Amino acid sequence: MHPSASNRADASTSIPKDSTSVIDAAIARLGSLKGALLPILHDIHEQLGYVPPAAVARIAQGLNLSQAEVHGVISFYHDFRTSPPGRHVIKLCRAEACQAMGSKHLEAHLTAQLGIGMNDTTADGSVTVEPVYCLGNCALAPSLLIDGKVIGRVTKRRLDQLLDGCRNQGAGA
Amino acid sequence: MTTTIYVPRDSAALSVGADDVAALLAQHAKAQQLEVRIVRNGSHGMLWLEPLVEVATAQGRIAYGPVTPADLPALFAANFLQGGAHPLRLGKTKEIPYFAQQTRLTFARCGITDPLCTDDYVAHGGLAGLQKALLQKPAEIVAVLVQSGLRGRGGAGFPAGIKWRTVLGAPADQKYIACNADEGDSGTFSDRMLIEGDPYMLLEGMTIAGLAVGATEGYIYLRSEYPDARTVLSEAITRARAKGWLGNNVLGSGKQFEVFLRIGAGSYICGEETAMLESLEGKRGMVRPKPPLPAIAGLFGKPTVINNVMTLAAVPCILAQGGDHYASFGVGRSKGTLPFQLAGNIKHGGLVEVPLGITLRALLYDFGGGTITGRPIRAVQVGGPLGAYLPASKFDLPLDYEAFAAAGFMVGHGGIVVFDDSVDMQAMARYAMEFCAIESCGKCTPCRIGSTRGVEVIDKIARGHRREQNVQLLRDLCDTLANASLCAMGGLTPMPVLSALDYFPEDFTKN
Repeated sequence: MHPSASNRADASTSIPKDSTSVIDAAIARLGSLKGALLPILHDIHEQLGYVPPAAVARIAQGLNLSQAEVHGVISFYHDFRTSPPGRHVIKLCRAEACQAMGSKHLEAHLTAQLGIGMNDTTADGSVTVEPVYCLGNCALAPSLLIDGKVIGRVTKRRLDQLLDGCRNQGAGA
Repeated sequence: MTTTIYVPRDSAALSVGADDVAALLAQHAKAQQLEVRIVRNGSHGMLWLEPLVEVATAQGRIAYGPVTPADLPALFAANFLQGGAHPLRLGKTKEIPYFAQQTRLTFARCGITDPLCTDDYVAHGGLAGLQKALLQKPAEIVAVLVQSGLRGRGGAGFPAGIKWRTVLGAPADQKYIACNADEGDSGTFSDRMLIEGDPYMLLEGMTIAGLAVGATEGYIYLRSEYPDARTVLSEAITRARAKGWLGNNVLGSGKQFEVFLRIGAGSYICGEETAMLESLEGKRGMVRPKPPLPAIAGLFGKPTVINNVMTLAAVPCILAQGGDHYASFGVGRSKGTLPFQLAGNIKHGGLVEVPLGITLRALLYDFGGGTITGRPIRAVQVGGPLGAYLPASKFDLPLDYEAFAAAGFMVGHGGIVVFDDSVDMQAMARYAMEFCAIESCGKCTPCRIGSTRGVEVIDKIARGHRREQNVQLLRDLCDTLANASLCAMGGLTPMPVLSALDYFPEDFTKN
């Protein structure tokens, strides 16, 4: 159990995956690509769920860039988190087509149910909620992405089912 | 006898349960000892009918939809594997009016074939364009493209053949093809559907572009918000390499062309072509000033053709059937077809590929069937988040580049987002400014600062604070954004804002 959101970062250090080796392996494997920085950051992000601050210096050295350049790229792109997310990540679409189908009500329902804002993680570390601007599922709006899976025609009821799934899986994990 | 059943793998279909339907279908068939072959095809684009399950019968493919797992027992009981009667039966797929009334050039194969099956691709006319291109000189390929009148489908509508000619004429040791698959506009999904439903066509189009301008490497910049498209495209690239469609010896010709896939990272501005180049080079997606044009100094400083997915995917058909064939569709200087996308509050949302020149009204009502809520359509945003909000009085405008530009609108990437009469246009104008503030790359001041000021001014109008003066201030601010921004992000954000003000002024006078 994670008693509070502020403790989550500490809790995450117990994740068995050795982040340093993930970072170094990404640099070794992808460093020779043209424009290697984004592929490297994606690789680290996919494996760890975020780009640890310690990655900046290692990548900078590996690619012969300044740390400022690496930090600048990480902070520019919405996708790259610098702290660990919850066990499940929900990205709710905020773009126009989903708004036309009531996504603002869904957003209010989602944040109220979880008691957190967008770009936030629940205290128990089960769910992170982020905005996304279009999933290309605009004919079946409103849409969201949950752990990389697109869900269309989302209703409050469907959202509640998904949240229950997140919580139950979290308790079992 | 084995029956072939089609269950789409398109992410729109997956978003409403296509995987569950496919899995249960297999289980049911097995339990009843029926031999079935389940093909995971692309989508036909009738997205309100997804998951659209098709059964191959002697009469042709019979469609059922939308199919949920709960429908399957009744479908089997109705003998649907032989095309039996059932409330979800839609008849022959190709005779469904929504589909039958389209002109499918770019999406000719999408939904018909297994997207990753190379044999399917060739059996349905794939590679014919590339084979023709391999017999021609670069200048001849470019001439076919010029003749077709194809214009950039990403939004700007620049003649593709002219761009290619510039790159062909630019001397360099290395040139590139950069495919913009950063389909960030809300209400658009044609790039995604094509990539998930017919990926080899994009690779073929890029290869032809490479032959035409002398580029040996192509990069596809695909947005990270499309995980399913990424899976299909990376597998398609692997298989195309294995088949010798890409690589050092394209179709045994001795010519070289290789494609690399790069994934974006959630930035809308990276759909702007120069920001995309920066991102491909591993940098912040900051817009570059032009000149130099990317055609002269683009990716890694080399001459680069940058085209949208739809533009490159139109190329194989143009080469295979001739530039004049493509140019025989459309109106005026808007040649060919455009895959429009009906989205938002629309009853029959989906992809409609028709010749340019169709009216909005025909798309919204004849194809779209009005709103899904059953309320009147009040506003329609055409061309993504930087496109205008059109009122019903503009629905008879023909959708061609010139007619739309003359009216102060843009066709853009062909996305059409429908709102019913519950929409608050002041809130939509505010959102346009908010979106610009969130997604601005920050390089130029009007966009970076002006967007935030825009949100504040609209908030003041909403509060009723010095309303008339603030509306004027908002118009002034839009003038600055439109005329002083470095790229289309700041330059076009005024379009949704001003169209909301101009056509829905009543929404700006209530608190």
